[in-house]
Amino acid sequence: MATIFIDNIPYQVQDGQNLLSACLSLGFNIPYFCWHPAMHAVGACRMCAVKQFRDENDTRGSIVMSCMTPATDGTRISIEDDDVREFRAGVIEFLMINHPHDCPVCDEGGECHLQDMTVMSGHVYRRYRFKKRTYLNQNLGPFINHEMNRCIQCYRCVRFYRDYCGGRDFNVFGAHERIYFGRCADGTLENEFSGNLVEVCPTGVFTDKTLRKHYTRKWDLQTAPSVCPHCGLGCNTIVGERYGSVRRILNRYNHEVNGYFLCDRGRFGYEFVNGSNRVLQPIIRDSSNNSKNSNQPVQETEVLEHLAKIWRSSKGIIGLGSPRATLEANFSLRSLVGPENFYLGMSEPESKMISRIIQVLRSGPVHSPSLREVELCDAVLILGEDVTNSAPRLALSLRQSVRQKSMEIADRLKIPRWADAAVRQAVQSKKGPLFILSPFATKLDDIATETLRIDPNDIARFGFQVAHEINHEAPEVADLQPNLKELAIRIAAALKQASMPLVVSGTGSGTLSVINAAANVAWALSDKGEKAGLFYTVPECNSLGLGLMGGGSLRECFEKVNSDSVDTLVILENDLYRRAPAEMVESILRKCKHTIVIDHLFSKTIQKAEVVFPCGTFAETTGSFVNSEGRVQRLYRAMPETGEILESHNWILEIIKTVKPDATDHLLNIDSICESITREFSIFKPLLELAPSSQFRAIGQKIPRQSHRFSGRTSMSANISVHEPKPPDDSESPLSFSMEGYPGIPPSSLIQRFWAPGWNSGQSVNKFQSEINGPLLGGDPGKRLIEPSTGNKWNYFSDIPEANGHRDKEWLALPKFHIFGSEELSRFGASISERAPKPYVGISSQDADLLDKKEGEKVSLVIDNVLLNLPAHIINSLPRGVIALPVGISNLDGIELPAWARIVENSNG
Amino acid sequence: MERPLTKHITIGGGPLNLSEYEKVGGYEACRKSLRTLTPDNILQLVKDSNLRGRGGAGFPTGLKWCSMPSLQNSPRPRYLIADADEMEPGAFKDRILMEGNPHQLIEGLIISAYSVDTEIGYIFIRSEYTLAAKRIKKAIEEAYEKGYLGFNILGSGFNFELRLHVSSGRYICGEGTALANSIEGNRAVPRHKVPRQTESGLWGMPTLLNNVETLCNIPHIINNGAVWFKNLSKCKDGGTKIFGVSGKVKKPGAWELPMGTTIREILEEHAGGMLDGLKFRGTLPGGASTDFLVEQHLDVPMDYDSVQKAGSRFGTGTMIVLDDHTCPVGMVHNLESFFARESCGWCTPCREGLPWTAKILKAIEEGKGEPGDIEILEFHIRALGPGRTFCALAPGAMEPLRSALKFFREDFDTHIRDKRCPWR
Repeated sequence: MATIFIDNIPYQVQDGQNLLSACLSLGFNIPYFCWHPAMHAVGACRMCAVKQFRDENDTRGSIVMSCMTPATDGTRISIEDDDVREFRAGVIEFLMINHPHDCPVCDEGGECHLQDMTVMSGHVYRRYRFKKRTYLNQNLGPFINHEMNRCIQCYRCVRFYRDYCGGRDFNVFGAHERIYFGRCADGTLENEFSGNLVEVCPTGVFTDKTLRKHYTRKWDLQTAPSVCPHCGLGCNTIVGERYGSVRRILNRYNHEVNGYFLCDRGRFGYEFVNGSNRVLQPIIRDSSNNSKNSNQPVQETEVLEHLAKIWRSSKGIIGLGSPRATLEANFSLRSLVGPENFYLGMSEPESKMISRIIQVLRSGPVHSPSLREVELCDAVLILGEDVTNSAPRLALSLRQSVRQKSMEIADRLKIPRWADAAVRQAVQSKKGPLFILSPFATKLDDIATETLRIDPNDIARFGFQVAHEINHEAPEVADLQPNLKELAIRIAAALKQASMPLVVSGTGSGTLSVINAAANVAWALSDKGEKAGLFYTVPECNSLGLGLMGGGSLRECFEKVNSDSVDTLVILENDLYRRAPAEMVESILRKCKHTIVIDHLFSKTIQKAEVVFPCGTFAETTGSFVNSEGRVQRLYRAMPETGEILESHNWILEIIKTVKPDATDHLLNIDSICESITREFSIFKPLLELAPSSQFRAIGQKIPRQSHRFSGRTSMSANISVHEPKPPDDSESPLSFSMEGYPGIPPSSLIQRFWAPGWNSGQSVNKFQSEINGPLLGGDPGKRLIEPSTGNKWNYFSDIPEANGHRDKEWLALPKFHIFGSEELSRFGASISERAPKPYVGISSQDADLLDKKEGEKVSLVIDNVLLNLPAHIINSLPRGVIALPVGISNLDGIELPAWARIVENSNG
Repeated sequence: MERPLTKHITIGGGPLNLSEYEKVGGYEACRKSLRTLTPDNILQLVKDSNLRGRGGAGFPTGLKWCSMPSLQNSPRPRYLIADADEMEPGAFKDRILMEGNPHQLIEGLIISAYSVDTEIGYIFIRSEYTLAAKRIKKAIEEAYEKGYLGFNILGSGFNFELRLHVSSGRYICGEGTALANSIEGNRAVPRHKVPRQTESGLWGMPTLLNNVETLCNIPHIINNGAVWFKNLSKCKDGGTKIFGVSGKVKKPGAWELPMGTTIREILEEHAGGMLDGLKFRGTLPGGASTDFLVEQHLDVPMDYDSVQKAGSRFGTGTMIVLDDHTCPVGMVHNLESFFARESCGWCTPCREGLPWTAKILKAIEEGKGEPGDIEILEFHIRALGPGRTFCALAPGAMEPLRSALKFFREDFDTHIRDKRCPWR
């Protein structure tokens, strides 16, 4: 700790940080632009000037940039000194001379850091009388709007895009007062994290193009804390709603999880919520009139009565859960049908992999790191996972972890780590070890030490060998090629040398043995006394939660249906056609007399269902997800109940009330569901401390989802009735659908927006943090459920798979994930679908030659008796004999990969 | 009077080729250094000579060399850079040295490299200096051929590789850290000065940067000793200096004279005084980014400390003279337009302040000045001062403006009052 003096008052601060961080952490307001808590200091904007004095006798002092000056013991500064205040106002004056006065029509207005800093600096009067400079804007694709005239040249965007994300298609051009930030020509920003420019840019140069289509000011949005449903990482988000539609997603800072940044799928994937294929009303299909395929919208009571009839006549009912539904919804379904009749709605291989991951994390000795901890790891081995496409935000963290080792160079030169430009100049392109084993090129290859392109079985075999090289107690792969063995030795050495080695793997390769191999590597490291981390990506937002709850597998479910002991299937938020081959699904659905689906988007499964309940999406749901780290997190609905849509768990509670009117142990609401969950599963105990109960009140008040500046509440529904309606009730959370309520900082799990007096932009997060870059006040939301076991006995996996080898006239078809398109829900949004690839079959260039196929030419292939006719896409990095199929795109749903494919020749369909 | 630097240079004549240079004693110092002196011997000589950097800041050369990290644990390679990006308006001294005697620079580089133990050197040359670049390129080839550059120079075991890097033409590249960014292929934006370049410079490696004229002095110090070098000077800073004069004088040009020669002597004896009918009004003594000195300062000796005491900076020692028929507002406007154009655009005050300054000066010069304009200019002088901007470009740019307002305020007021330039 150091004592620093700010305007002659002593304060205790953490040693070694810069003065800006120290002052902001202490609660002082110092304006800034180019400094960003995650990207640190470069000293470009000159906004955060303070006056520094040598000692108490120094009365003149000198102006320094607080972001570039270390807070050392005895530092004396003044923030309020007249001279430095004049200078800060002057910097704003400089920035404003060219800034357009278009705040009323600017998308950033009302949450503009430049507006806030202008007010903070005290600059009010315009003296500049010459012409302003102007620029041409670029079309940057479906996500980001570009308005360069507003630019204040803080360089944050280019530092974020290039330095932090590794993007190449965006840069700074020009010199002197004609600096331009953009691409060298119009075109879609390629980087998967481009959406963060919206929040990184301190003014309205980069704004959310999807928001622009249904624009609403920040203060007019009804907002709630949420968790991203588009992959297994569980990034924290803020959902903004108005007039019954979701308007945008913003990052919600969580020190341990996503920090300040989201991926573009998480930010722009929300559009499906407002899409045209939402189920809006309960449906009963007239079974006598099935041939007409008529879907009949009905009222809630009617559908429940119909259900009661089914229940009475049914000879057996089973429930299929969902890895994209909340714990509460899954548990309610489990309670409805009974634990013995509850099945995981995951594909067969997926449920095996998920339960293996849980087994590894629960019984093994290795910690599953948070994304923040990933950034601290100094050597990484990725086994078979294309993280940029399957768990995108993790890729951004890994980009930071390769910088860890080279930080030693900066430390040796005594360059503070926050002196970002100096650190990067000293370190240059030196990076810590990162080894990527993948069947094809990945977006992280540019920072990899070495890459190896082999199929998943070979990846597993190689992983087993790495584990053996680390610790000979782990089994050895007998017949590995010598060059691979050498590489395994090199990788083992690099991991052993690291102070925090990390193994990354997951379900992306579709191969259980890859997961086993990753466990062996991490365990071998741990066995050698290393503080290793093991990160498994999982496919969906609640895969791990559902896995922890447990249930029968899809195959067992199908067997049960085939055994004729059941005739009714209740499917929760699931499209079975994505989980199993279509033929199989169809036969099962035919077999069941009654199929009941609770979901929010029309799907093939819904088309076959007798009864459909329209449930809420993540934006209309309160509940909990467990992320891939094993962290349970609470999300709250941002939208009030509209029409006939209920949260899944509430539909199920209604169903329970209807079909079991005499039961006494009713689940009543989310609180009682959570209590029941914890009674039944000790691992979910932390669920009760996850967030305040629905009864929580801050000084007797609820936490308002609407800002105190929310406008139009008396007129919003005046076209229907001029009487102001009562605000909708929310009995399930301490949040209200109203402006009234507690105006202060709520408990961290209830932070519905970042705002503080004088800080209208997201930069106000500094007022919610315990210190800059630290946890939120009161601790970060979310609770870890799984900690490594100590003292438990565990054994290395020893079932080393055989190499796939080559088969004559057959190709090994592997799944290839796409950040835009592979995920079930986001692909229904307009902007995401614009970025999604068309269906294709990826083949290596040698195989293309062999088959005499050029890019785009149709290839017919048969997998599992399914004939696919797809255009060829030549992927140079693929090994020979391996083809790649894009997951979740077009008619590929439900095909279990890896699988052997036969290419049918002479077809030019 | 001895003129070690320019003795063998004839203005407008060809360069000395390698054999001609050797004939007049060239590479003797190099031979002597590599064969008989240790790196520390050389360092001591340079320290004792009181040689100060000729690029503008006047930092003692020996001290700068000392800040290179010691050889144990030093990352490698280490770099030596000759800053030949002579873009200061009014300065053309390095051009004379490079066009006239390129081997002298190369020899200075080899000896310096040997002393501070750097294995790779760069000459970073201004893009407009095409003739100098051509001559240096040829000289480097000659030196390689003769074994003065490359591996195992003169059998000493010392290796030194020298490359010529032609700038793409920005004033800011003369700033040592922007220069390093530029060589690396990055935007020519200055770097933060902590740590120093000698710790983490080009490609993050220890890097020593010296001005061309500074390096050209090294062979002579080796050959003749520190005492001889100190005695060349009329003041405590060692050596001679190439002084230049531009403006409406009879004989604009550059002359190698003892350090500490007075402004009056340079102007009147060497530059031949003002053109007939014109009177001296002031001078920027060290190039465009220094404060005006006026009549009362004519007897100030041109050395670092004396010029500073008089209220300006010694800079590159190349004076720009203002006469009484030239509008000082117009002159300052010209300078500020240059600086505004050459701002790299990194920090706010420089990027936005300099163009504003230039626009106001243009308005005043065109008779469109308004009351309050002077206050805005004065605001810029404060806001673009040292420590407030990222590098020294903007503070340097403010020096002629600040001193013009001090000495020629009346001219500014007249422009604004009469809404015209009296010289137009």
